[in-house]
Amino acid sequence: MNIREIFDSMDYGPAPEGSSEALAWIANHKGRFGHWVGGRFTAPGETFATRNPANGQVLAEVTQGSAADVDAAVKAARGAQAKWARMPGFERAKVLYALARLVQKNARLLAVLETLDNGKPIREARDIDIPLVARHFYYHAGLAQLLDAELPGMEALGVCGAVIPWNFPLLMLAWKVAPALAAGNTVVLKPAEYTPLTALLFAELSVQAGLPKGVLNIVTGDGATGAALVDHPDVNKIAFTGSTSVGKKIRAATAGTGKALTLELGGKSPYIVFDDADLDSAIEGLVDAIWFNQGQVCCAGSRLLVQEGVAERFHEKLKRRMGDLRVGDPLDKCIDVGAVVDPVQLETITRLVEASDGEKFRAPCALPEGGCFCPPTLITGLSAASPLMQEEIFGPVLVSMTFRTPAEAVELANNTRYGLAATVWTENVNLALDIAPKIKAGVVWVNATNLFDAAAGFGGVRESGFGREGGWEGLLAYLKPSGQTKPLKPVAAVAAPSEPLVEGIDRTAKLFIGGKQARPDGGYSQAIYSAKGKLLGQVGIGNRKDIRNAVEAAHAAKGWGKATGALRGQVLYYLAENLSARASEFAGRLRDLTGRSGEEEVQTAIRRLFTYAAWADKYDGAAKSVPLRGVALAMNEPCGVVGIIAPDESPVLGAISLLAPAIAMGNTCVLVPSSVAPLAMTDFYQVLETSDVPGGVINIVTGPHGELAKTLAGHMDVDAVWCFGAGALSKTVESEAAGNVKRTWVNHGQATDWATAEGPAFLRAATEVKTIWVPYGEG
Amino acid sequence: MQTMTDNPMRTQLPQVAHARNPGMALDLDWVAAVQANTSAIERRAASLPGRRSVKKEFQAAWLLKAISLIDLTTLSGDDTVGRVQRLCAKARQPVRAEMLEALGMPGLTTGAVCVYHEMVETAVRALEGTNIPVAAVSTGFPAGLSPFHLRIAEIGESVKAGAREIDIVISRRHALTGNWQALYGEMAEMRAACGEAHVKAILATGELGSLRNVARASLVCMMAGADFIKTSTGKESVNATLPVSLVMIRAIREYEARTGFKVGYKPAGGIAKAKDALVYLSLMKDELGHPWLQPDLFRFGASSLLGDIERQLEHHLTGRYSAGYRHAMG
Repeated sequence: MNIREIFDSMDYGPAPEGSSEALAWIANHKGRFGHWVGGRFTAPGETFATRNPANGQVLAEVTQGSAADVDAAVKAARGAQAKWARMPGFERAKVLYALARLVQKNARLLAVLETLDNGKPIREARDIDIPLVARHFYYHAGLAQLLDAELPGMEALGVCGAVIPWNFPLLMLAWKVAPALAAGNTVVLKPAEYTPLTALLFAELSVQAGLPKGVLNIVTGDGATGAALVDHPDVNKIAFTGSTSVGKKIRAATAGTGKALTLELGGKSPYIVFDDADLDSAIEGLVDAIWFNQGQVCCAGSRLLVQEGVAERFHEKLKRRMGDLRVGDPLDKCIDVGAVVDPVQLETITRLVEASDGEKFRAPCALPEGGCFCPPTLITGLSAASPLMQEEIFGPVLVSMTFRTPAEAVELANNTRYGLAATVWTENVNLALDIAPKIKAGVVWVNATNLFDAAAGFGGVRESGFGREGGWEGLLAYLKPSGQTKPLKPVAAVAAPSEPLVEGIDRTAKLFIGGKQARPDGGYSQAIYSAKGKLLGQVGIGNRKDIRNAVEAAHAAKGWGKATGALRGQVLYYLAENLSARASEFAGRLRDLTGRSGEEEVQTAIRRLFTYAAWADKYDGAAKSVPLRGVALAMNEPCGVVGIIAPDESPVLGAISLLAPAIAMGNTCVLVPSSVAPLAMTDFYQVLETSDVPGGVINIVTGPHGELAKTLAGHMDVDAVWCFGAGALSKTVESEAAGNVKRTWVNHGQATDWATAEGPAFLRAATEVKTIWVPYGEG
Repeated sequence: MQTMTDNPMRTQLPQVAHARNPGMALDLDWVAAVQANTSAIERRAASLPGRRSVKKEFQAAWLLKAISLIDLTTLSGDDTVGRVQRLCAKARQPVRAEMLEALGMPGLTTGAVCVYHEMVETAVRALEGTNIPVAAVSTGFPAGLSPFHLRIAEIGESVKAGAREIDIVISRRHALTGNWQALYGEMAEMRAACGEAHVKAILATGELGSLRNVARASLVCMMAGADFIKTSTGKESVNATLPVSLVMIRAIREYEARTGFKVGYKPAGGIAKAKDALVYLSLMKDELGHPWLQPDLFRFGASSLLGDIERQLEHHLTGRYSAGYRHAMG
């Protein structure tokens, strides 16, 4: 076209970003890469190709990491860890600062390489991914600097294994590497098979930041390489971002190993548009929600819920907007949607869309020949039961449904196995601030979408995983209390004496469910004897059905989580008051059960109730300093229903130490008390009944730990399980929890000093941090 | 989408290809329902320049398009006949003839010339033989606080003097106090006073307090029959901005969707760089479509923009950066 013709057509024309520097970097490595281990590239081994999804061309050959490669990398990381952790925070901060600077100084090279390898539009790599990477390292340079002063008594976990996805290759590296390094860990990272190149470039650049050898190691490869890293016995933590199905496998594989774990998994995030929203802005938000990175975003607003009265108009506007989207060469600076990462992914998306019986609208935009291009798609006319309203597509496909009322919007939003992110559009501040806390998600954006910052926690609930990345809360996932732990010594139950001493009037302790005593479903009980052979009483042997009933009762009591912290505090004080009134009775019971004086234990338990009565209205959230005119609120929300396996030792204090923080933060609980001294907590029923604890807030099921822990951990409607029982219970809980990826907190067979077991670690376990982004402004 | 012949020599007169907006009854429910979320609009505006890029001959063609859309403007107390004649000469020949020849676009002119009433006759004479219309700012420009009957009379005088476009200013106080009925009435009378001349409603967005008010004022002016809505007089402390533009063109889109009538848009003030002009053009193209890249539905109110475009065009032709003195003054 000549200028005259363009003047008439006003077409955009091509605006390609140059790729010669990035290709030259690959060529300098002769197009073949080994792993980055101990501060240098290893010789390439057996390799596979990484391709440019926009044209299918091979970019480079990278090495398929073997178990031996992983082992070498872990050894390098282990070798470097102690020294790295011993460095003053300032020394680590300097390195992280230099890494941030290096990312900025090589921003164009990194952005172009990312786009070549991944297919995302160069605008996104240049304006979003790479600046966020730099920001993440800056922020964590600050955390490294402040760590010693602000988090005393904490230390690094050791060697962290990171397995990251292909959708934000370098950004996910930053999310894993920056906090790990800031906290004094060393890292072995496995980038995604499709997108290994920017990680290798970053590793090479890290030398210029003075990063000591072995602190960061990159092993490339496919899922088998990742599995080798996950299974490696000398790795202390696995941080994984990727699909829910792989996340579940990793949960099961690491169960009982003592490895720390954070999982950031899939989502089907609701995008709620109320009828009073700025509809045009909500539509632009959708472009950023579902057509950002071709929809290959774990937190993509992929499930549109629009209020019925404006739905038709909204869909019309949306379709018009979709017509303006430009799909094309990812290196073109004038396109909106690039290439899907791989033909396999394109095929999956296409298959899912084809199978849907909804009304499909594909954006009428030209698709380039060849390459993995997928038209932006809207599917309307679906119901909650439609597979595409439930399944993650991970592509540029938006599904839509309508709702009638705010309550129905919340119900629909939460009608999902996932809980990563949500978006709410309304001009009504009352509505926005009412809805945001009601949505099951780790992140809620009000009148915005896909806002990210290193200072704000990101992560999910339910099958979207657990753990937060970003902020102080993210750093804590790379730390543990310093000091050595001791193995837990099992406490044996008193065996039935040949001639039990029976005296007094029979007291029958049933189970405590929904505020009432209930007979065990199985109809069996177990006799409990004192150390001296006295029959102390019988306790019910709870079974699966009792757990089911208790969980139902705990759900029915969810109003507890909405009660004010002040009110929960009052109830905890009242519990302390009533326990104190019966202190000698409990102490006597403990003496009978354990053969030792129980006075101190009861007094400590009373103090503990006071501690959490105090915390109930003081565990404040935070307003994060994000680079935005607005607030990012970090809200501490209750996890929901928490299953608690209390320790066998310290039968009162152990149970109270776990129950009190859980209910103080608004959770409801199913407690399985000490299996050797359960009567200590069945006596507690009367304390609960006289202390205004609403029925169902605390449910107590006595019985064998093994079976009950397994049922609780496997229960799909339990949000978290804490297990301080003995033996192999930790493994049971962690592997059963893989079913719905619930949060677990277990002792891994290590002893807890219940006399001092209180404080922030308990409060953190009892809460989920929800980040609510509220940009504001009028003018 | 309607396609049109883009002969640079074709008439610049408005509403030739499209039916003129007749206005409609004031719909206060619609006005009240208008929302504009400031921070979301600002984020969209901030990302716009990064989302679109035109290069090489495409950029040259787009810049030439921008020239065809400029209301070349002088609105100064020291305007004289000579000054206005010089401006009109520049409007007739906005770029050196041999450059236009080389670019394949001989005969290109600006969209219009915009002056105060007293300069209308001078401009009309200076532009004789061209199709370049003269626009007059009117109605007590820039504050719009002279007696209402005089403001209406001023329109008639300017039309009589040969202005084919009248840029009126609205009473900001009506928008600021939510008196949409008064704004509607004022606008409708001004539109009537314009007769065949087409009317651009200057909202003075920098003085309306909020984007929501900008959206509502835009809508009310269109309901009252505005042919164009325009951001600013150029005399407010804040003139055309991308967020304001986004709000106004969304209002235009909504108005067309509901009534079928196309209303034009004119950002004015603050657009001084070729790059800014490209961003505005891509905004119009993406948000409203091709018809809004023509002078009957889109104008730039600008005085120094042309100079920067000339330098960019010479750079395109020669590969060397240009200098201001190589291009004729306006």
